[in-house]
Amino acid sequence: MLAKELKAKLQDIVGAENVEDDNASLLAYSYDATARFQAMPDAMVAPRNKTEVAAIVKLCNDHRIPIIARGSGTNLCAGTTPASGGIVLTFKHMNRILEIDEENLTMTVEPGVFTKDIFDTAQEIGLFYPPDPGSMHISQIGGNISENSGGLRGLKYGVTRDYVLGLEVVLPNGEIIRTGGKLAKDVAGYDLTRLFVGSEGTLGVITEAILKLIPQPETKKTMLALYHNLDAAAETVSAIIANRIIPATLEFLDQATVKVVEDFAKIGLPTEAKAVLLIEQDGAPEVVERDAEKIVKLCKENHAFDVQIAKTDEQAEQLMTARRSALSALSRLKPTTILEDATVPRSQIPKMVKAITEIAEKYQVTICTFGHAGDGNLHPTCLTDARNTEEIALVEKAFAEIFEKAVALGGTITGEHGVGMMKLPYLHLKAGEAGIAAMQNIKKALDPNGIMNPGKMLAIAEKEKAGDLQ
Amino acid sequence: MNTAEKQRIQAAFKEKMDYDELMNCTRCGFCLPSCPTYIETGRDEVHSPRGRIALMKGLVDGVIEPSDEVKKSIDMCLGCRACETVCPSGVKFGRLLEQARDAIYQSNKQSLPEKMLRGTFFNHVFPFQNRMIGLTGLLGFYQRSGAQKLARSIGVMKLFPESMQAMEKVLPQVPKKKTMKNRPQHVQPLAKKKKKVAFFTGCLMDTIFMQTNDATIKLLQYAGCEIVIPKTQNCCGALHGHSGEVAKAKEMAKKNIVAFEEAQVDYIITNAGGCGAFLVEYDHLLRDDPEWKERAEAFCRKIKDITAVLVELNFHKQALSMPDQIVTYQDSCHLKNGQKTFMEPRQLLESIDNVTYVEMKDASRCCGSAGIYNIVQSEMSMQILDYKMVQAQQTKAKTIVTANPGCLLQMKLGIEREGLSDQMQAVHIVDFLLEAYENANGIVSSQKEAAAAGMK
Repeated sequence: MLAKELKAKLQDIVGAENVEDDNASLLAYSYDATARFQAMPDAMVAPRNKTEVAAIVKLCNDHRIPIIARGSGTNLCAGTTPASGGIVLTFKHMNRILEIDEENLTMTVEPGVFTKDIFDTAQEIGLFYPPDPGSMHISQIGGNISENSGGLRGLKYGVTRDYVLGLEVVLPNGEIIRTGGKLAKDVAGYDLTRLFVGSEGTLGVITEAILKLIPQPETKKTMLALYHNLDAAAETVSAIIANRIIPATLEFLDQATVKVVEDFAKIGLPTEAKAVLLIEQDGAPEVVERDAEKIVKLCKENHAFDVQIAKTDEQAEQLMTARRSALSALSRLKPTTILEDATVPRSQIPKMVKAITEIAEKYQVTICTFGHAGDGNLHPTCLTDARNTEEIALVEKAFAEIFEKAVALGGTITGEHGVGMMKLPYLHLKAGEAGIAAMQNIKKALDPNGIMNPGKMLAIAEKEKAGDLQ
Repeated sequence: MNTAEKQRIQAAFKEKMDYDELMNCTRCGFCLPSCPTYIETGRDEVHSPRGRIALMKGLVDGVIEPSDEVKKSIDMCLGCRACETVCPSGVKFGRLLEQARDAIYQSNKQSLPEKMLRGTFFNHVFPFQNRMIGLTGLLGFYQRSGAQKLARSIGVMKLFPESMQAMEKVLPQVPKKKTMKNRPQHVQPLAKKKKKVAFFTGCLMDTIFMQTNDATIKLLQYAGCEIVIPKTQNCCGALHGHSGEVAKAKEMAKKNIVAFEEAQVDYIITNAGGCGAFLVEYDHLLRDDPEWKERAEAFCRKIKDITAVLVELNFHKQALSMPDQIVTYQDSCHLKNGQKTFMEPRQLLESIDNVTYVEMKDASRCCGSAGIYNIVQSEMSMQILDYKMVQAQQTKAKTIVTANPGCLLQMKLGIEREGLSDQMQAVHIVDFLLEAYENANGIVSSQKEAAAAGMK
């Protein structure tokens, strides 16, 4: 519970209507899209501008109250669950596109803008904002930046990080700083923009971002390649890249995933195939045509029994949308879906796919696999039931082994979902103890009181914990 | 909310909620953009489908206690089920909502006026078609006797909420009591017979919207249907089911199943999206009743909306014409999200000569009518309606077509509130289609004839 005096101060800052602490509101901001994680905040606060954000942060810093900045709560790493209570900041009022600069090809936005609206607004003027996380219809850009979200176009176009040119951030001490700018080149000091991108809300609150836009590709071609076994599909992925083709999208789905997605989307997906690759190439018409021909040839050489090309843009979009629903659709089979996003160098995809199958068998758990095979980012998803504690223990063991395998293959424990609370126990596998210590030092320097999203990413010795709250 | 009441509600949640269905929600948030109350509250998670499911689960798990805010969240839901169509996990939100409302209202003390309103309507009026006729007969008397004029001139209606005041103005002229009781029970087709169907008349549709029911029968005749209209049918029970009166709903479902079993038909036709979506789920309503389960399933398989059967019988390929105009269509949430019928109405409208069909932005977003929502949640309902009317006006349509009586009244209300009565009208799709058919085929308008006869 929030102390009366503190609540009054927050109300003074943002107005009474923008502070909620009834039990329905607290519960509604206690979760994100991660299974098995939930914790109640002490209040939900909706600031209307950066000055209010700064005032809130300062107040919280003085009173050692945790702050959890939250977009739409679609992250998959328990990144916005209020593990130590505190205040959930939402950005429903800070949801404007502030500027589109067609000369510099940038868009300046507030954190509460939906990703889809950024994409659509750019598209209307012939520009392109490529990052497209699965939840792009509802995710907010502030959250995308904090999680450094990826998507289906990572292979060719990169991820959110590659489209953030500058940020405005409220630091834990309440100071407002601006990093980067509408600049292609900028080496004035540490690259703080990159530091804040993907920092999971542990270093400050983002209040504005300058995004990079690029010219829209002229045309695109989308296709499905169908296989009788997983390995052949995985081999094709390596073959395409080895042949110097970088498709815009190169997605992998196993049979179980294709079946549930079809069950939801009903667009005639090939449920008879054991594995499917969803491939899209975009660019100038002659390039797309040439690449598509080569890709079809490579698929067939690698034992695809059929390659289907989307006949219309609509059909292509249906396929991409269907793929984005894969994770949630899997829960049609079992009540709980626990998903990881271990990532390996592209060349190691066949080995990783094989390892996942073997590990699932070893622990007798059901793991469906889909993901961004083209950039090495797989999404092994375990279908289970959170109520079955015995099975959950096995699932945890299986995932620990998958992480270890990924790192051994030169990969990482998470490619795009983030560490949050969920992967915190495994961060040492990738970062090493010295690496974690370096991160902890950065955290301490910027947030000495540990108020920014505590308990996420780094297990830091938490100082006197939020005494004022009780 | 006092402690005893909290305990009662919490116990009811533990008993009544389908926990597996609650677990099916992965909290991915894909439902958020589809939810009218999430949008209209400025992204308040409490008023989103994901938030509501979390609240329900929180009550069952004992993570939170029942409170006025929790109840408000459940009450504020329109029950439009737009979230169901976008849910990749396939969560049956409509059912969870019914269970939650059942849990709250079977164990909660309502405010006295609300209780009286609910009690009177749910137990004593809707289940009995005679009483529906009696009640709407009163409305008819009110309209014809001059009492309406009197009430308007002395301003009695000002005592009612704003939405009800406007609603009073847009209610259709009610046919006479005698006409309402004289419905034939068996009608022969007016074209080569293609199907034998039964017509589910609906309680509200067969009283104040009786003209639309007559038009439905006429259309079915023109399309080549032999029609049975079982006299023993009653209200579908949707209003009860959606408002936490499940036992009453089951009782009414059984009566309807019996009534239509005797008819031995290919399809059971509805012309109200709200009723149809409830009828089509009788199998779920009676799933725990071994004696009724199979009979309910057989019943559900036959349910078809009038627009779907018309398209199946190629009615859109017949001559249809109207005076030159722009037309737009407001989806009935339950017809679209419950019965998955949304292409057919558009297909029929597009096939009418001289009609330019313009799709309204967010046509499938709820209009805010939602059963008795526009009376009990008047403020939110009007906020949603305001958005809807902005979109409707953008199309420059002369006619807004709907497929459900609630939506129809709400659209009429919207037109009245915006002061657009002289340039815009709202009609039920069957009335519009019948006029288009008779107009194109040089038939004297059966609606005008009937209207004249009914008023005598």
